[in-house]
Amino acid sequence: MTDSIMNNPRIDDTTMHNKTIADIIAGLDAGEFTSVEITQHYLNRIKQLDSSYNSYITINEESALAQAKAADKRRAEGDAPAFCGVPIAHKDIFCTNGVRTSCGSKMLDNFVPPYNATVVENFANAGAVILGKTNMDEFAMGSSNETSFYGPVKNPWDTNTVPGGSSGGSAAAVAAQLAPGATATDTGGSIRQPAALCGVTGLKPTYGRVSRWGMIAFASSLDQGGPMARTAEDCALMLNVMASFDPKDSTSIDQAVPDYTDNLNQPLKGLKIGVPKEYFEEGLNPGTEQAVRAALAEFEKQGATLVNISLPHSKLAVPAYYVIAPAEASSNLSRFDGVRYGHRCEDPKDLRDMYMRTRAEGFGDEVKRRILVGAYCLSAGYYDAYYRKAQQARRLIKQDFVDAFEQVDVIMGPTSPSPAFEFGSKGDDPVAMYLEDIYTIATNLAGLPGMSVPCGLVDNKPVGLQIIGNYFDESRMLNAAHQFQQTTAWHQQAPAGIALKGKDVGGAK
Amino acid sequence: MTIERADIEKLAELARIELNEATIAETTKSIADVLALVDQLQAADTEGVEPMAHPTDATQRLRTDEVTETTHREDFQAIAPATEAGLYLVPKVID
Repeated sequence: MTDSIMNNPRIDDTTMHNKTIADIIAGLDAGEFTSVEITQHYLNRIKQLDSSYNSYITINEESALAQAKAADKRRAEGDAPAFCGVPIAHKDIFCTNGVRTSCGSKMLDNFVPPYNATVVENFANAGAVILGKTNMDEFAMGSSNETSFYGPVKNPWDTNTVPGGSSGGSAAAVAAQLAPGATATDTGGSIRQPAALCGVTGLKPTYGRVSRWGMIAFASSLDQGGPMARTAEDCALMLNVMASFDPKDSTSIDQAVPDYTDNLNQPLKGLKIGVPKEYFEEGLNPGTEQAVRAALAEFEKQGATLVNISLPHSKLAVPAYYVIAPAEASSNLSRFDGVRYGHRCEDPKDLRDMYMRTRAEGFGDEVKRRILVGAYCLSAGYYDAYYRKAQQARRLIKQDFVDAFEQVDVIMGPTSPSPAFEFGSKGDDPVAMYLEDIYTIATNLAGLPGMSVPCGLVDNKPVGLQIIGNYFDESRMLNAAHQFQQTTAWHQQAPAGIALKGKDVGGAK
Repeated sequence: MTIERADIEKLAELARIELNEATIAETTKSIADVLALVDQLQAADTEGVEPMAHPTDATQRLRTDEVTETTHREDFQAIAPATEAGLYLVPKVID
């Protein structure tokens, strides 16, 4: 079967993977290729190339081809929903019925959920083909993908550097063109920071916009699923499928989902962009700053106005987060006890021994550290000093944004303080790693939507521009990002060795 | 706030995670570092600020009290470490 596809004159193996999701939908609609053909092409690429990146934990070869075949049949019958036959990947945090969902942990290495997450169900209903499950930091705790039980993901731009985290597998898969788009999740920057480090476009929606049902919980008041793809337009197409009101998620917001592609082509004339001074202070890499400033100038050229703003409580975001997120994690992760699913230690002598050893064996060091920090912050005598204080700081941080959005339409700045760093360079120092999310964490605390858009290269490593929007204003962020991508080509840059349409980047397979 | 080995042992007991004797010192130090970071919060003036538990201050949605779920016992027990007669098996709790 593979041979016949390889010999299919309609498929150009050197450029098929250059197609955006919008291109793929158009190509399938026009009958230029079938879903089986493009799905097989991606599966071939994953098998050939992913040993260099480790971006997938599980490859769904058989089920992907079966889904592709079914999609081609539906299309032939004139019944093609939005993503009919479009191959994508899911972060291994979303439960997939019958497909192992590990969350990057030994604890869930043997966990095969008997149900689909709502996000997975939404893509299934839209006819998408699922290529596989992408690698991630264990339980989404990390900013470098070094905490995965399945080994680190390597950044396709430089395999000596990290892809960012926790959605590093999704970001690397999109950057290496091993999937045209992938789902991801963001608790403190886990969509935006890896998108920045891998040179792809990623969006964390407003808290409550995308259902958390079936998405393995880390910090429930912060977790939010979102798309990663090569363009803002593709993110809009994916968000159209992902966003929904879900009665099964008690924090899902019952608000109509707009068509996120409707406003993409609006001109940016008159757009007011807030530039927070706190996001350009000490600690920001000069090359990153230069790229972000150049992007802001590009928006000015398109008729937008830059407004200097202040988010005075920004410095409280990282400390508040490292109380709230571990506290919620210590509570959420108490469910992993070896009783109902997942890892159980061998020959427990009693129940306590079973809990103690199951959790010691099943969790990695970073996860244990956060559970212990969370237990400390919630323990008797410390609750007011830590948890209550952090929740108060959280309100101050949110209020900064509420005040800013009275003056401006969107806020822009860097996504992460510097480009991708080398493996092990922050490994022994959790605090240095936590500061990687210094510009992204406040958005999660406030519940606001945020994006990262490629805006430059420093030493041939990608830089991300962060766009923060007001509540439920994803359309405006996508509009700004799409317009930026009409006049710049940063999102079309690809790592050496990854063939790109119309460009000879050399070294292609 | 200083944190010592005994504190870590107590937390590990609360969290039901067996500590590795070889790495207790390292664990203690890294948790002390995280708590030092978190202690920056103490400088913030939060007098009179209402704690914020939810990003959009939404209230719990209510639904009508009716049965909507069907039984999935077999599906869920199929992935459990040990079951018998529809029950989850665990080691003896009381001698």
